[in-house]
Amino acid sequence: MIDILLHPPEFLVLALLGGLLVASIATPLGVFMVWQRQSYFSATLAHSALLGVSLGLLLQLNLTLAVMLTSVMIALSIFFLSKKTALSSDTLLGLLAHSTLALGLVILSFQNHIQIDIMSYLFGDILSINTTDIILMAVLLVAVVLYFLRYWQDLLNITLNTELAQVEGVRTQSVQLMYTLLLALLIALAIKVVGILLITSLLIIPSAAAHRLSKSPEQMLSISYLFALLSIVFGLVFSMQWDTPAGPSIVVVASLIFLASLIRKPI
Amino acid sequence: MNASLNLSKINTNEILVQATNITHFFGEKRVLQNIDLTLKRNEITTLIGPNGAGKSTLLKILIDLIQPTLGKIWRSPHLSIGFMPQKIQVDASLPMTVARFLKLGLRKPHFFSSQKTEANFTTELMQTVSLLRLEKLLNTPIQKVSGGEMQRVLLARALIRKPDLLVLDEPVQGVDLQGQVELYHLINEIKDTLHCGILMVSHDLHIVMKSTHQVLCLNEHICCSGHPQTVSESPAFKNLFGQEFDEIAIYEHHHGDTCDHTHGLLK
Repeated sequence: MIDILLHPPEFLVLALLGGLLVASIATPLGVFMVWQRQSYFSATLAHSALLGVSLGLLLQLNLTLAVMLTSVMIALSIFFLSKKTALSSDTLLGLLAHSTLALGLVILSFQNHIQIDIMSYLFGDILSINTTDIILMAVLLVAVVLYFLRYWQDLLNITLNTELAQVEGVRTQSVQLMYTLLLALLIALAIKVVGILLITSLLIIPSAAAHRLSKSPEQMLSISYLFALLSIVFGLVFSMQWDTPAGPSIVVVASLIFLASLIRKPI
Repeated sequence: MNASLNLSKINTNEILVQATNITHFFGEKRVLQNIDLTLKRNEITTLIGPNGAGKSTLLKILIDLIQPTLGKIWRSPHLSIGFMPQKIQVDASLPMTVARFLKLGLRKPHFFSSQKTEANFTTELMQTVSLLRLEKLLNTPIQKVSGGEMQRVLLARALIRKPDLLVLDEPVQGVDLQGQVELYHLINEIKDTLHCGILMVSHDLHIVMKSTHQVLCLNEHICCSGHPQTVSESPAFKNLFGQEFDEIAIYEHHHGDTCDHTHGLLK
């Protein structure tokens, strides 16, 4: 154990780095997801990511790229459909989440000759993170940081009241659209870390845990970030020590932090 | 500088917004028909009408939240609008005090804003805060503010940028009569200090009438308009409000001798 920590193999360094990068991207997106009650939206995007995987295999594309494209397409569809249809966004999201997941599974089943481990997409396979993934994550992190530096106040105002924000001069549509696209890209990159089924938890659990301890939006962001980092590090340590799957271990640690946060009285 | 600026605003009735021949459809349904409307500085315009008359739609068109299907809107260049929405719903997970909520209404500070601009912001903020007597609420979480207090908080937010045009969507909804009287006093005071134009949507003709320069009674088209007295005497208005208006008038009579009996008009 000690030896591994002192001279970690490369795959472990990449796993940890990937986890920390994904946590850094997920935290600011996650706090707004909680404030805007949008967690079902990310769950839908995550489910649709399996469609991306199967399309990628079918068309023999790079899987990360295929998932990115699919998530972005689905995100855009939701964004524009929700303005057009009479269905509630709740229904629309449920419809898209499960129809895309089902379609993904059906397409996968046509490709009998390919051996794929579906579990690794559903629950993550953090040890398969490679240098390309890390580079893509770093680029996305830069984009996310720039986006939030520029639009933090606008996003808070949109969260409080979209019409008020618009009257005050915020370009609400484009700010929200950019958020949606960044989220879609995060989901594509986070699949290896926690898997399709657990991505939403990485976005919302640290924020949910931070909310009782925070007095301002910025404080909630910082505490949430700390919790996300702790979840990644201790989740991986846990996984190595007890030979458990990494993604679920990360989410278990995050959930334990959330439970611990309940002990303290809210501010 | 400020004084001379105000001086130039005191006696002008410059046109702030002019709507010509506005017609609007939601799908097949026509909600507004051939509306002409002018909003001027130093004037209060009250828009009344039954539910579903298109009041909110017209308001949203005037402040550029919706594009009308037909017709033209002219707005004075660099027009700054203060908007008070009917209500806001803030998720319990967003840690936000009233003070922060108000600060978010200030123009976005530049990235490296100097101490001096910061101080100016605070002065502007505190002027509005004391005008609306919100000092005690500043550190209260926005979710814990009561209905009547929320009206004042939202009004403060609308005032913070010293708008040329103040737009109030049902400002007295759910506020008791005493609160309404106070709020209308306040709105009068605001007009006299800021020299802005005011557009107000209301169900409640009998209280706003006296201080209003023009009342527009809307039911898809403008069925009557003019000074408060002319409106209440118009048969078209009586047809529309009928019983309800009578009840309001009767209710006012119960207040006894201190009330102005012409129509129970308040300032």
